[in-house]
Amino acid sequence: MNIWAALLAGGALTYLTRLSFIFLFGIIDPPEVLRRALRFVPPAVLSAIVFQELLIRNGAVFLSLGNARLLAGMAAILVGVRTKNSLWVIATGMIILLILNQILPG
Amino acid sequence: MNTAVDGAAPRLHMAREFWAGVRAELPLIVGVFPFGLIYGVVAISSGMPASAAQAMSSIVFAGSAQFASAQLVAGGVPTLVLVMTIFILNLRHALYSASIAPYTKHLSTLWKAGLSYLLTDEAYAVTILNYEREGDNTYRHWFFLGAGLALWTFWQISTAAGIFLGTVIPADWSLDFAAALTFIAMTLPLLRDRASVAAAVAAGVVAVLAYPLPYKLGLVAAAFAGIVTGMLVEGKRR
Repeated sequence: MNIWAALLAGGALTYLTRLSFIFLFGIIDPPEVLRRALRFVPPAVLSAIVFQELLIRNGAVFLSLGNARLLAGMAAILVGVRTKNSLWVIATGMIILLILNQILPG
Repeated sequence: MNTAVDGAAPRLHMAREFWAGVRAELPLIVGVFPFGLIYGVVAISSGMPASAAQAMSSIVFAGSAQFASAQLVAGGVPTLVLVMTIFILNLRHALYSASIAPYTKHLSTLWKAGLSYLLTDEAYAVTILNYEREGDNTYRHWFFLGAGLALWTFWQISTAAGIFLGTVIPADWSLDFAAALTFIAMTLPLLRDRASVAAAVAAGVVAVLAYPLPYKLGLVAAAFAGIVTGMLVEGKRR
């Protein structure tokens, strides 16, 4: 294995992926269906990451009252819906997680 | 906020947007910093030279792909497998690129080239929210630049700290959870209507069910499930 070759090639491909539509948009106008679709990219991707963070532990689904991250995350979601304040969401979630980590086994 | 034309000099608008981008990125940086540290430690223990481990944080600049690479380097896979793994893990950035593209259309090629380099999960998350707010978009690429550069800087520093200190932040600090919480804080304001809620729930469920798929394809499948669901719900209500 040539680590530097892999690094440069992998980096170049990653860069082209990031550049792809940003570069092409000036040349090709996107069809209406793509415009409509793009509105849903942020809620879909962010929510997907959140669900995985809260529900997956060590590569498996962890749906249980013993899942401290799930409980802390749900409390944070409730606080977010009520307060609409990011800092409260993060503070609530971290504090509840730290408390639950002391209480819950393993 | 968003007073489009208030007579202030463009330079002032640029600076304001830039620092707003830096500030918006800071909570995410708190979550990302431990990942950078741990990546540095893992990369070194996998046998990667320190120079390559550090260079990867600027050349590839994508956490999950870097962690996977460190594992693969330890396993001694062929160069091509390593390259393809990095590529597939980072395919999701094409979605971000497509999502950001309408807002960067008016920029010069140099701006597009530079901002594309900074288009990470974390920079995208705050930047798209800023672009989607009501108001004047003229200077919002400076927000993107501020968010992207802030993340880039701390990613390099945390990697270096991981490499050179060789220590791990105690796991019971659970600092990485700050990243998940930040994603929650960013997702909630996006759930403005029934269609976007449907998109988020569908994507979340598929992300969990499809998690076992290799190369983080579960995340790509989830994104598509969410997009299709959102469009279907929106279409029905028209």
